[in-house]
Amino acid sequence: MMDFVWAVIIGGAICVIGQLMMDVGKLTPAHTMSILVVAGAVLDGISFNGTSLYDRFIDFAGAGATVPITSFGNALVHGATKELQENGWIGIFMGIFEITSAGITAGIVFSFLSALIARPRA
Amino acid sequence: MREFTKSKQKKVTAVQLEYQTLAKSLEPPRPVLRNCYRAFIAGGAICFLGEALMKMFQTYFGFTEQTAGNPTVAVLILLSAILTSLGVYDKLAQWAGAGSAVPVTGFANSLCSAAIEHKREGLVLGTGGNMFKLAGSVIVFGTVAAFAVGMIHWIIGIKG
Repeated sequence: MMDFVWAVIIGGAICVIGQLMMDVGKLTPAHTMSILVVAGAVLDGISFNGTSLYDRFIDFAGAGATVPITSFGNALVHGATKELQENGWIGIFMGIFEITSAGITAGIVFSFLSALIARPRA
Repeated sequence: MREFTKSKQKKVTAVQLEYQTLAKSLEPPRPVLRNCYRAFIAGGAICFLGEALMKMFQTYFGFTEQTAGNPTVAVLILLSAILTSLGVYDKLAQWAGAGSAVPVTGFANSLCSAAIEHKREGLVLGTGGNMFKLAGSVIVFGTVAAFAVGMIHWIIGIKG
Protein backbone atom coordinates (compact mmCIF):
# COMPACT_ATOMS: atom_id res chain seq x y z
CA MET A 1 0.00 0.00 0.00
CA MET A 2 2.87 2.37 0.81
CA ASP A 3 4.13 1.72 -2.74
CA PHE A 4 1.07 3.52 -4.07
CA VAL A 5 1.46 6.42 -1.64
CA TRP A 6 5.09 6.99 -2.65
CA ALA A 7 4.32 6.56 -6.34
CA VAL A 8 1.67 9.30 -6.13
CA ILE A 9 3.77 11.66 -3.98
CA ILE A 10 7.00 11.34 -5.99
CA GLY A 11 5.30 11.24 -9.40
CA GLY A 12 3.17 14.25 -8.45
CA ALA A 13 6.23 16.09 -7.14
CA ILE A 14 8.12 15.63 -10.43
CA CYS A 15 5.10 17.06 -12.28
CA VAL A 16 5.08 20.05 -9.90
CA ILE A 17 8.76 20.63 -10.68
CA GLY A 18 7.87 20.60 -14.38
CA GLN A 19 5.00 23.02 -13.78
CA LEU A 20 7.28 25.39 -11.84
CA MET A 21 9.85 25.31 -14.64
CA MET A 22 7.13 26.42 -17.06
CA ASP A 23 5.35 28.95 -14.81
CA VAL A 24 8.18 30.47 -12.79
CA GLY A 25 11.11 29.65 -15.07
CA LYS A 26 9.03 30.69 -18.15
CA LEU A 27 10.36 27.73 -20.14
CA THR A 28 8.49 26.20 -23.07
CA PRO A 29 7.13 22.65 -22.55
CA ALA A 30 9.77 21.34 -24.98
CA HIS A 31 12.59 22.91 -22.95
CA THR A 32 11.08 21.58 -19.72
CA MET A 33 10.78 18.01 -21.01
CA SER A 34 14.29 18.06 -22.51
CA ILE A 35 15.79 19.26 -19.22
CA LEU A 36 13.90 16.56 -17.28
CA VAL A 37 15.13 13.83 -19.64
CA VAL A 38 18.73 15.04 -19.39
CA ALA A 39 18.35 15.17 -15.59
CA GLY A 40 17.19 11.55 -15.58
CA ALA A 41 20.15 10.53 -17.75
CA VAL A 42 22.66 12.33 -15.52
CA LEU A 43 21.16 10.89 -12.32
CA ASP A 44 21.54 7.41 -13.79
CA GLY A 45 25.17 8.15 -14.66
CA ILE A 46 26.12 8.69 -11.02
CA SER A 47 26.33 5.51 -8.99
CA PHE A 48 27.31 4.50 -5.51
CA ASN A 49 28.19 0.92 -4.56
CA GLY A 50 27.23 -0.33 -8.00
CA THR A 51 23.67 1.04 -7.96
CA SER A 52 22.86 4.27 -9.79
CA LEU A 53 21.00 7.10 -8.08
CA TYR A 54 18.02 6.71 -10.39
CA ASP A 55 17.81 2.96 -9.69
CA ARG A 56 17.65 3.68 -5.97
CA PHE A 57 14.99 6.23 -6.73
CA ILE A 58 12.95 3.59 -8.64
CA ASP A 59 13.33 1.09 -5.77
CA PHE A 60 11.87 3.70 -3.48
CA ALA A 61 9.18 5.36 -5.63
CA GLY A 62 8.19 2.60 -8.09
CA ALA A 63 5.94 3.97 -10.82
CA GLY A 64 6.47 7.45 -9.34
CA ALA A 65 9.95 7.25 -10.85
CA THR A 66 9.29 5.08 -13.94
CA VAL A 67 6.22 6.89 -15.33
CA PRO A 68 7.58 10.49 -15.56
CA ILE A 69 9.68 11.34 -18.61
CA THR A 70 12.87 11.43 -16.48
CA SER A 71 12.85 7.62 -16.62
CA PHE A 72 13.29 7.87 -20.40
CA GLY A 73 16.75 9.39 -19.84
CA ASN A 74 17.40 6.72 -17.24
CA ALA A 75 16.48 3.92 -19.66
CA LEU A 76 18.66 5.38 -22.44
CA VAL A 77 21.71 5.38 -20.14
CA HIS A 78 20.87 1.91 -18.81
CA GLY A 79 20.85 0.42 -22.30
CA ALA A 80 24.09 2.17 -23.20
CA THR A 81 26.00 1.09 -20.07
CA LYS A 82 24.71 -2.49 -20.26
CA GLU A 83 25.96 -2.97 -23.82
CA LEU A 84 29.14 -1.06 -22.95
CA GLN A 85 30.02 -3.75 -20.44
CA GLU A 86 29.29 -6.57 -22.85
CA ASN A 87 30.68 -5.20 -26.11
CA GLY A 88 33.01 -2.33 -25.28
CA TRP A 89 32.70 1.19 -26.73
CA ILE A 90 30.56 0.14 -29.71
CA GLY A 91 28.00 -1.02 -27.13
CA ILE A 92 27.13 2.62 -26.40
CA PHE A 93 25.86 2.93 -29.97
CA MET A 94 24.12 -0.45 -29.91
CA GLY A 95 22.48 -0.16 -26.52
CA ILE A 96 21.03 3.34 -26.15
CA PHE A 97 17.60 2.41 -27.50
CA GLU A 98 17.58 -1.15 -26.21
CA ILE A 99 15.32 -0.54 -23.21
CA THR A 100 13.34 2.43 -24.52
CA SER A 101 12.50 0.44 -27.65
CA ALA A 102 9.24 -0.77 -26.09
CA GLY A 103 8.09 2.78 -25.34
CA ILE A 104 9.18 4.32 -28.63
CA THR A 105 7.79 1.48 -30.73
CA ALA A 106 4.48 1.57 -28.87
CA GLY A 107 4.36 5.34 -29.33
CA ILE A 108 5.04 5.23 -33.07
CA VAL A 109 2.74 2.29 -33.86
CA PHE A 110 -0.21 3.46 -31.76
CA SER A 111 0.16 7.05 -33.01
CA PHE A 112 0.24 5.86 -36.61
CA LEU A 113 -2.88 3.75 -36.09
CA SER A 114 -4.59 6.70 -34.40
CA ALA A 115 -3.73 8.90 -37.37
CA LEU A 116 -5.30 6.32 -39.71
CA ILE A 117 -8.52 6.24 -37.72
CA ALA A 118 -8.96 9.68 -36.16
CA ARG A 119 -9.88 12.80 -38.05
CA PRO A 120 -7.83 15.97 -37.60
CA ARG A 121 -9.70 18.64 -35.64
CA ALA A 122 -10.29 22.03 -37.15
CA MET B 1 16.62 36.32 -25.82
CA ARG B 2 16.92 38.90 -23.02
CA GLU B 3 19.19 41.02 -25.22
CA PHE B 4 16.51 41.00 -27.84
CA THR B 5 13.77 42.33 -25.54
CA LYS B 6 16.13 45.02 -24.26
CA SER B 7 16.89 46.33 -27.73
CA LYS B 8 13.19 46.25 -28.44
CA GLN B 9 12.42 48.40 -25.40
CA LYS B 10 14.88 51.08 -26.51
CA LYS B 11 12.89 51.81 -29.61
CA VAL B 12 9.57 52.54 -27.87
CA THR B 13 8.58 56.05 -26.85
CA ALA B 14 7.92 57.15 -23.28
CA VAL B 15 4.15 56.88 -23.75
CA GLN B 16 4.43 53.37 -25.13
CA LEU B 17 6.65 52.38 -22.23
CA GLU B 18 4.12 53.78 -19.78
CA TYR B 19 1.40 51.80 -21.50
CA GLN B 20 3.50 48.64 -21.38
CA THR B 21 4.09 49.00 -17.64
CA LEU B 22 0.40 49.67 -17.05
CA ALA B 23 -0.65 46.68 -19.16
CA LYS B 24 1.82 44.48 -17.31
CA SER B 25 0.51 45.58 -13.91
CA LEU B 26 -3.06 44.81 -14.95
CA GLU B 27 -2.15 41.40 -16.40
CA PRO B 28 -3.58 38.69 -14.14
CA PRO B 29 -0.76 36.86 -12.31
CA ARG B 30 -0.16 33.27 -13.35
CA PRO B 31 -2.01 31.07 -10.87
CA VAL B 32 1.18 29.21 -9.98
CA LEU B 33 -0.15 27.61 -6.83
CA ARG B 34 -3.32 26.36 -8.49
CA ASN B 35 -1.33 25.04 -11.47
CA CYS B 36 1.04 23.17 -9.16
CA TYR B 37 -1.84 21.67 -7.23
CA ARG B 38 -3.45 20.47 -10.46
CA ALA B 39 -0.14 19.14 -11.79
CA PHE B 40 0.34 17.18 -8.57
CA ILE B 41 -3.16 15.67 -8.66
CA ALA B 42 -3.03 14.70 -12.34
CA GLY B 43 0.59 13.49 -12.28
CA GLY B 44 0.00 11.57 -9.09
CA ALA B 45 -3.10 9.93 -10.55
CA ILE B 46 -1.23 8.78 -13.66
CA CYS B 47 1.58 7.37 -11.51
CA PHE B 48 -1.03 5.61 -9.34
CA LEU B 49 -2.40 3.97 -12.46
CA GLY B 50 1.16 3.07 -13.49
CA GLU B 51 1.85 1.49 -10.11
CA ALA B 52 -1.38 -0.52 -10.33
CA LEU B 53 -0.43 -1.77 -13.82
CA MET B 54 3.07 -2.71 -12.62
CA LYS B 55 1.61 -4.66 -9.71
CA MET B 56 -0.83 -6.37 -12.08
CA PHE B 57 1.93 -7.42 -14.51
CA GLN B 58 4.03 -8.71 -11.62
CA THR B 59 1.23 -10.67 -9.98
CA TYR B 60 -0.63 -12.14 -12.93
CA PHE B 61 1.81 -12.16 -15.86
CA GLY B 62 5.04 -13.23 -14.18
CA PHE B 63 7.07 -10.08 -14.80
CA THR B 64 9.77 -9.14 -12.31
CA GLU B 65 10.05 -5.74 -10.66
CA GLN B 66 12.66 -4.73 -13.26
CA THR B 67 10.84 -5.96 -16.37
CA ALA B 68 7.31 -4.88 -15.40
CA GLY B 69 8.15 -1.31 -16.49
CA ASN B 70 8.06 -2.17 -20.22
CA PRO B 71 4.47 -3.49 -20.51
CA THR B 72 3.32 -0.75 -18.11
CA VAL B 73 4.73 1.97 -20.34
CA ALA B 74 3.27 0.29 -23.43
CA VAL B 75 -0.22 0.15 -21.88
CA LEU B 76 -0.01 3.77 -20.71
CA ILE B 77 1.03 4.83 -24.22
CA LEU B 78 -1.85 2.87 -25.74
CA LEU B 79 -4.32 4.54 -23.34
CA SER B 80 -2.84 7.93 -24.13
CA ALA B 81 -3.11 7.33 -27.88
CA ILE B 82 -6.77 6.32 -27.52
CA LEU B 83 -7.61 9.34 -25.35
CA THR B 84 -5.73 11.64 -27.73
CA SER B 85 -7.63 10.27 -30.75
CA LEU B 86 -10.89 10.96 -28.94
CA GLY B 87 -9.74 14.49 -28.10
CA VAL B 88 -10.01 13.79 -24.37
CA TYR B 89 -6.31 14.03 -23.52
CA ASP B 90 -6.00 17.59 -24.78
CA LYS B 91 -8.94 18.66 -22.63
CA LEU B 92 -7.27 16.96 -19.66
CA ALA B 93 -4.00 18.73 -20.51
CA GLN B 94 -5.67 22.14 -20.37
CA TRP B 95 -6.65 21.43 -16.80
CA ALA B 96 -3.58 19.51 -15.67
CA GLY B 97 -0.70 21.40 -17.30
CA ALA B 98 2.57 19.65 -16.53
CA GLY B 99 0.64 16.93 -14.67
CA SER B 100 -0.31 15.38 -17.99
CA ALA B 101 2.78 16.48 -19.94
CA VAL B 102 5.58 15.14 -17.73
CA PRO B 103 4.41 11.47 -17.47
CA VAL B 104 5.20 9.17 -20.39
CA THR B 105 1.56 9.57 -21.50
CA GLY B 106 2.38 13.19 -22.36
CA PHE B 107 5.19 11.97 -24.62
CA ALA B 108 2.72 9.68 -26.39
CA ASN B 109 0.21 12.52 -26.58
CA SER B 110 2.73 14.75 -28.36
CA LEU B 111 3.49 11.96 -30.87
CA CYS B 112 -0.14 11.12 -31.44
CA SER B 113 -1.52 14.65 -31.70
CA ALA B 114 1.21 15.61 -34.21
CA ALA B 115 0.46 12.45 -36.21
CA ILE B 116 -3.27 13.26 -36.38
CA GLU B 117 -2.90 16.99 -36.89
CA HIS B 118 -0.64 16.65 -39.92
CA LYS B 119 -2.67 13.87 -41.50
CA ARG B 120 -4.22 16.36 -43.95
CA GLU B 121 -0.77 16.82 -45.53
CA GLY B 122 -0.71 13.10 -46.34
CA LEU B 123 0.39 9.97 -44.50
CA VAL B 124 4.03 10.12 -45.62
CA LEU B 125 4.84 13.83 -45.62
CA GLY B 126 2.33 14.77 -42.94
CA THR B 127 1.97 11.98 -40.39
CA GLY B 128 5.32 10.32 -41.03
CA GLY B 129 7.31 13.51 -41.32
CA ASN B 130 5.80 15.39 -38.40
CA MET B 131 5.18 12.72 -35.78
CA PHE B 132 8.34 13.70 -33.87
CA LYS B 133 7.88 17.42 -34.37
CA LEU B 134 7.17 17.97 -30.66
CA ALA B 135 8.72 14.84 -29.14
CA GLY B 136 11.91 15.04 -31.21
CA SER B 137 13.72 17.40 -28.85
CA VAL B 138 13.21 14.99 -25.96
CA ILE B 139 14.71 12.11 -27.97
CA VAL B 140 17.61 14.16 -29.34
CA PHE B 141 18.65 15.63 -26.00
CA GLY B 142 18.03 12.37 -24.15
CA THR B 143 20.17 10.44 -26.63
CA VAL B 144 23.01 12.97 -26.64
CA ALA B 145 23.01 13.10 -22.83
CA ALA B 146 22.93 9.29 -22.56
CA PHE B 147 25.76 9.06 -25.10
CA ALA B 148 27.84 11.52 -23.08
CA VAL B 149 27.17 9.56 -19.87
CA GLY B 150 28.09 6.32 -21.66
CA MET B 151 31.35 7.83 -22.95
CA ILE B 152 32.25 9.06 -19.46
CA HIS B 153 31.61 5.57 -18.10
CA TRP B 154 33.78 4.09 -20.83
CA ILE B 155 36.64 6.56 -20.25
CA ILE B 156 36.76 6.23 -16.48
CA GLY B 157 35.89 2.53 -16.65
CA ILE B 158 32.88 2.29 -14.36
CA LYS B 159 31.33 -1.15 -14.36
CA GLY B 160 27.67 -0.72 -13.55
